[in-house]
Amino acid sequence: MTPVTLNGEPRELPDGATVETAVRELGAPNDGVAVAVDGEVVPRGEWATTEVRDGQQVEVLRAVQGGR
Amino acid sequence: MLEIAGRSFESRLILGTGGFRNLEVMAEAARESGAELATVAMRRVDPSARGSIVEVLQETGLDILPNTAGCFTAREAVTTAKLAREALGTDWVKLEVIGDDRTLLPDPAELLEAAETLLAEGFTVLPYTSDDPVLARRLEDAGCAAVMPLGSPIGSGMGINNPYNLRLIIEAAEVPVILDAGIGTASDAALAMESGCDGILLASAISRAADPPAMARAMRKAVEAGVEARRAGRIPRRHYARASSPEEGLAELERGERADHAPDGDGAPSAPRAPLAERRSR
Repeated sequence: MTPVTLNGEPRELPDGATVETAVRELGAPNDGVAVAVDGEVVPRGEWATTEVRDGQQVEVLRAVQGGR
Repeated sequence: MLEIAGRSFESRLILGTGGFRNLEVMAEAARESGAELATVAMRRVDPSARGSIVEVLQETGLDILPNTAGCFTAREAVTTAKLAREALGTDWVKLEVIGDDRTLLPDPAELLEAAETLLAEGFTVLPYTSDDPVLARRLEDAGCAAVMPLGSPIGSGMGINNPYNLRLIIEAAEVPVILDAGIGTASDAALAMESGCDGILLASAISRAADPPAMARAMRKAVEAGVEARRAGRIPRRHYARASSPEEGLAELERGERADHAPDGDGAPSAPRAPLAERRSR
């Protein structure tokens, strides 16, 4: 298992897990979502091929109400 | 018509979507406001959250302007803008880099750095800035598509705290000036437009009003009224009255000589007033 921090929570992902695995693990919708790993944006086209490594911080974001 | 980076908007009001009780109230207020552009923030996915703000805004016919609210460094703001571009498919960003927790005033150094980085990456940058005319000029020189000075701190409802600085920014800017933050009620919005702003961004004044859709309607009218008043050209301020009825043909209705009540034109009264204590003792 690969321990990571997913949206601030410690999680165990299966070995070889990718960004796509992490997004699915969260139950995030497919549209309107963006991912950063250790502060670097991972474009959607690279989710399936970007492996998540031990101890990485994965942030999965979407738009919410905000501004003034 | 408000033009930003080649895009035209009929409405000069940009709606922030923060603070609304729910998406239904937000949508109704958005319709009443006439806004065509609305800001959103980027936050962690919450699978239990109901409704999608993106869908609601699209159904209501508003375009989406992501912000970088909550960022305190240039690096955070740049990453947030890139995430918004990924998630929402827009390279427009309402750039905010906050420098102080209590006042939520912008951090000028981080703001300028973030703007330069994002502009180099091809973003259309609309920066939330202080009311410092020099910083506004630096942001414009860097290539920002608009400058968005605050009237007063975010959510404070204090209106325009430094009309002099705002005027300097408006005089110098060749990009749209959009008043961002501080609007409390409709008269603040009208004043911003009368002062020469090209647009305003607000949310709290609407979303936290007792009746948000009604306040949204008031804001729409205030913005329109302010623009028309500015175009119409207001009268100069005077210290004393200027009679609006002709003096010519005035009847003599008291026997004897008419006392000369009025001071000459705009001049000072003929005699200085007596000191307050003396007047009171009369």
